[in-house]
Amino acid sequence: MEIIKGIPLTSYILLCSILFSIGALGVLYRRNALVIFMCIELMLNSTNLLLVAFSRYFNDTNAQVFVFFIMAVAAAEVSVGLAILMLVYRNTKTTDIDALNKLKY
Amino acid sequence: MITQYLFYFLTFVAIFCALLVVFSKNPIYSALFLIVTFFATAGHYFLLNAQFLAAVHIMVYAGAIMVLFIYVIMMLNLNQEIEPHKSSLIKIAATLCGCVLGLVLVAALRETDVVAVSDYTNPGIGLIEKLGNVLFGTYMVPFEISTVLFLSAMVGAVFLSKKTIH
Repeated sequence: MEIIKGIPLTSYILLCSILFSIGALGVLYRRNALVIFMCIELMLNSTNLLLVAFSRYFNDTNAQVFVFFIMAVAAAEVSVGLAILMLVYRNTKTTDIDALNKLKY
Repeated sequence: MITQYLFYFLTFVAIFCALLVVFSKNPIYSALFLIVTFFATAGHYFLLNAQFLAAVHIMVYAGAIMVLFIYVIMMLNLNQEIEPHKSSLIKIAATLCGCVLGLVLVAALRETDVVAVSDYTNPGIGLIEKLGNVLFGTYMVPFEISTVLFLSAMVGAVFLSKKTIH
């Protein structure tokens, strides 16, 4: 692949893989539902960055439009998710996701 | 040359702050480090000549989403003392899973040889003019549907936040 300004596309792919793994690690590692939301944002973010990198290296505007739609979905997801989180907190007095284990039994 | 240094600096900031998001004990610190990560990503967008997306990214993520997060953290009064703790066994397992996922992704994608579509790179693809043409031309219907999504999300959030639900 041709190199733009001394940065190969592989660098971006590796950066986004690492960011995505950190997000996945956070989802598994933390119990606070709010921090889990933040880690999901981190994963969506890494995907956005990868799409923008591909659009730059392939001269394609369509990828940047996809980034728009991902941002729109992320904003909608956060607003509804935080409302659900408030509801959960009101009922259980905690943001610990392990409090929501009724479906397990 | 300066672009390369900027790339490595922004990469370092993004990964370091992403790790701090995960490992901070206090949720408000996680939120603040997430904002730093978003700004580093916006810097990457600038390096990739996606100026308009960088501006929108800062507005939507750092401006809207993080304000929501911090508002909820303050409203629930979350702090380090009431932070739930996982057992160290689950923490070790989670760290292992995350590291293995990262290792597999990096190992699989390290040697990727992406075939170039064209050698000519157009620096203007990130500008609002071209993006608007595509967004309101090819992607007109999905764009309108996303507004319906926003409307339904708004109605859903208001409905969920009501005091009593019958």
